[in-house]
Amino acid sequence: MTEIMNGSHTAGDPVLRVTDLKMHFPVRSKGLFPKTIGQVKAVDGVSFDVQPGETLGLVGESGCGKSTTGRTALRLLEPTSGKVEMDGIDVTRMSAKDMVPLRRKAAMIFQDPYNALNPRHTVGAIIGAPFAVQGVEPAGGVRAAVRDLMDRVGLNPEHYNRYPAEFSGGQRQRIGIARAVALRPHFIVCDEPVSALDVSIQAQVINLLRDLQDDFGIAYLFVAHDLAVVRQISHRVAVMYLGHVMELTSREELYARPLHPYTHALLSAIPVPDPRAQKNREHILLSGDLPSPVNPPSGCVFHTRCFVAQDICKVDKPVIREFEPGHQVACHFPITEYLGSTPIVGPDPGLTAESELEGMQDGDPMEQAGDADLIHEPGTNYTDGTDSLIDPGPGLWR
Amino acid sequence: MSAYVVRRVISMILLLLLLTFVVFVLFSLLPTDPARLTCGKSCTPEIIEANRHRLGLDLPVIQQYWEYLKGIFVGRTFAKDSPDPVVCSAPCLGYSFKRGEEVFVLIKEGFPATFWLALGAFVLWLAAGISVGVYAALRRGKWQDKTVMGISLAGYSLPSFFLGLMAIFFIVIRLQLLPYPSYVSPFENPTQFLQTMILPWIVLAILYAAFYMRLTRNQMLEVLGEDYIRTARAKGLPERIVIRKHALRAGLTPIVTAAGLDLAGLLGGAIITESIFSLPGIGSLAVNSVNDADLPLIVGITLVTATFIIVANLIVDLLYAVIDPRVRLT
Amino acid sequence: MTDLTPTPRRAYIEVEDLSVQFPTEDGVVRAVDGVTFAIDKGQTIAIVGESGSGKSVTAQAIMGLVNARTADVTGHVWIDGQDVVGMTDDELRKMRGSTMAMIFQDPMSSLHPFYRIGAQLTEAVNVHNKVSKKEARDRAIEMLHKVGIPSPEKRIEDYPHQFSGGMRQRVMIAMALINSPSLLIADEPTTALDVTVQAQIMELILELQQEYNTAVVLITHDLGIVADAADQVAVMYGARVVESGVIDDIFYAPEMPYTLGLLASVPRLNQVRAERLDPIPGNPPSPIRLPSGCVFNPRCVYTDRVEGDLCATERPALLPTSPGHMVRCHMSKEERGVVATIALRGLGREET
Repeated sequence: MTEIMNGSHTAGDPVLRVTDLKMHFPVRSKGLFPKTIGQVKAVDGVSFDVQPGETLGLVGESGCGKSTTGRTALRLLEPTSGKVEMDGIDVTRMSAKDMVPLRRKAAMIFQDPYNALNPRHTVGAIIGAPFAVQGVEPAGGVRAAVRDLMDRVGLNPEHYNRYPAEFSGGQRQRIGIARAVALRPHFIVCDEPVSALDVSIQAQVINLLRDLQDDFGIAYLFVAHDLAVVRQISHRVAVMYLGHVMELTSREELYARPLHPYTHALLSAIPVPDPRAQKNREHILLSGDLPSPVNPPSGCVFHTRCFVAQDICKVDKPVIREFEPGHQVACHFPITEYLGSTPIVGPDPGLTAESELEGMQDGDPMEQAGDADLIHEPGTNYTDGTDSLIDPGPGLWR
Repeated sequence: MSAYVVRRVISMILLLLLLTFVVFVLFSLLPTDPARLTCGKSCTPEIIEANRHRLGLDLPVIQQYWEYLKGIFVGRTFAKDSPDPVVCSAPCLGYSFKRGEEVFVLIKEGFPATFWLALGAFVLWLAAGISVGVYAALRRGKWQDKTVMGISLAGYSLPSFFLGLMAIFFIVIRLQLLPYPSYVSPFENPTQFLQTMILPWIVLAILYAAFYMRLTRNQMLEVLGEDYIRTARAKGLPERIVIRKHALRAGLTPIVTAAGLDLAGLLGGAIITESIFSLPGIGSLAVNSVNDADLPLIVGITLVTATFIIVANLIVDLLYAVIDPRVRLT
Repeated sequence: MTDLTPTPRRAYIEVEDLSVQFPTEDGVVRAVDGVTFAIDKGQTIAIVGESGSGKSVTAQAIMGLVNARTADVTGHVWIDGQDVVGMTDDELRKMRGSTMAMIFQDPMSSLHPFYRIGAQLTEAVNVHNKVSKKEARDRAIEMLHKVGIPSPEKRIEDYPHQFSGGMRQRVMIAMALINSPSLLIADEPTTALDVTVQAQIMELILELQQEYNTAVVLITHDLGIVADAADQVAVMYGARVVESGVIDDIFYAPEMPYTLGLLASVPRLNQVRAERLDPIPGNPPSPIRLPSGCVFNPRCVYTDRVEGDLCATERPALLPTSPGHMVRCHMSKEERGVVATIALRGLGREET
């Protein structure tokens, strides 16, 4: 694949390079002798790189595989196939033990600032944990380093001994960020870091992430569903759909001259807070829902909902290619012009694979962002109510 | 669905096999020598050895286990080569030499008392527990709710041996409102049956009802906070329909299934209650068998009780699939 | 205030000084404080605000869904001349689902998991109309068809979990509109959905609004959706409406510092350059301890433009600044104009 260099970044090894990454989760039948009855192709052949100090945005709707990609990039998941390189080192099959020193160079920020922090630990302990885990003794001691970090991310260092519950959502996300940058990593995967926050707080956190990048030269893989947020922080953006990267280019290109019909649809689906401008924007309505990643469409995975699809799209899977310098797209018929504000309605893919998804045990155990768990089995969710049976109950005293 | 049932039945059988094996091994590790227990005071090592051989206790554990399993299906004969062989017909769960009776027959004899006790208490506790629990949930935080929760805690904390003894002392002995409990079959003498059973039913039910009040209340509160209840209200449904049709069905599902498991557990004998009220059920049998170190009987009761619970588990899961359309049995 | 003769109503729906308070152990929570707005049939008002601003409670109070046992509701909600706030439970119940209906944020949990959607739809018909089973069923199928559910006569037998999130929201819309209400309250109807599905659902709501000539109260935090769908906007902050007007007032001539801050902090797709955002400093207030004076004053960067400590001590009134455009701020109109120019200068708009 062709490597795209952003002019402002030095050549050399990218902090992250992912080549033809595939992450398939087996779907098993239940019972005594479970059989693999299918694969959830959460990520199905994705390639990109992240240069030092750069932000690569990874956008798409729920179930497109963006979160799985992010987690696999940090080797929190072992990929089915493909290659993951960090700072030029192949870590695809590296053991957890060998990964330890590399973990210092990479970190993660999670979507939900409520669940990602241990409620029983003080903020100081949470932010200082990476030092202890990696056995790093910062100059001046851990306590001072943590206070510096708190100050840096906009938290009051006096609150060192408070617990996460005493902070608001935005402040908790700042705690998560302080923990992530504690060891000055080269690279951070941000998984929907602002989608749980209120608008006015989102802007604060985005600005903080940009400032930290400027100061420390951290590269981000910024996973999000909100194209407007991604635009605010990314240098380059990759658009994902059903496990594939559909388009990858610089931010300026993507938002001004999108090529892929899916990108057009996605951009037009987001109303802008500007009623007059809204009337002149492209107006593309996709029909139906995302097809099942267990049984993705043949050819181009987007062809069932695509408004420019031709017969070839049903059989021939488009390979991602450099359509223009620095602008990659996986489409047989890229759209190079403004489509006008007359509504365009995509074809109806018919009933979606919802029913196929049933009985599936777990699609992607790690994909949390907005992916609703549609499956209930005996012994999972619904028996929660009977958990109290584990209580001593009256049985012992009958 | 049927494939699911077949799979569940197979795994159930495997589980039972494993369970009997564990019970078997555990008992073979006990310091008590079962052969020693078979002969009275005038015992000599020779007789013990002879008995050991007659009962097949000199065989390796695995082989004993195999004989035991085989006996369940085809029956078995102890002391074949002796002049007075003991025949245990299928299903043979062992033979109690202490009592000179097949284990299966002993359990079968104890079952009616246990069954009636469990069933009566079950009906009482579900009726009381659910209605009071729902009532408390609908008056959350009010004095009614607090009173119910207080009573529940009290009932939950009263051990049944205390309650049972108190009941006998005051109602039977002091006030003489009821005759002293003496179990008869309901088909033989319904009046005496009811007079005997009413106290044990209440004593046993209080304990469970206290627990089910709490469970029901908490379930209902959870369901009443669900979005679909808000939807039902937004539709303009009268509150009683919102409660009965929308909240109760969702709220009671886990409770009914929990009750199924509890009922199954009780069918294996309510040890304390049966003992206090001298009911000749499986619970009393279990106590006596332990007192006498009657190993075959202990193993037999364990197996039967476990079977009840495992079968109830299956039924409860199937019931779940019927009630909740989201549950897929695959 | 003591005028007991009902004044003639100007609009179909008028919310007047609506307040909701929840007494709790930690003190009284003022969830909604004097909310006032009006709309006509066929119109949409968007109530915009962040979490805890009181927008959802406002919606529930209009529907009469706020539990009278746990909350005090005061003020008036006039629907076609009738005040919903003073109604008995039964009167209210009869209006819910027939005159006014509601759809919710999470379509995954808003339908009862144990009942077929057909049963849930016909139940909504039957509770307000004396019709035969067949009629109710036909009505349900027709509605499902209208909201774009393919082969509704088959899908009516399905359970909610057999539908995707977008489809479930369509079912919710069908259920809300099945008795042709004149008021539809949509509480964050697309927040739980993906953007392409969100576009479908918003399109559907607006289309059906035209068909039924429904007044829509759209509760949202998304200014993009407001721009796309609303005729009027009420911006809520700290339980109060801080600014209201037609959409052009709010997007092109805003005056209240919170509205300005909100507009400046939203990332936009249509800006020429992705400049640094200008966030509102600080955090939203807790509904238990709302700041005294103007609720926004601790985060407001313009309090020095007001004499003395008026912002911190005295509650500003919601006053008209131009016809139909109301602002709650102590600054003078001139000052507000100056401030708006400063705050919005960064918002370069794309020329198309």
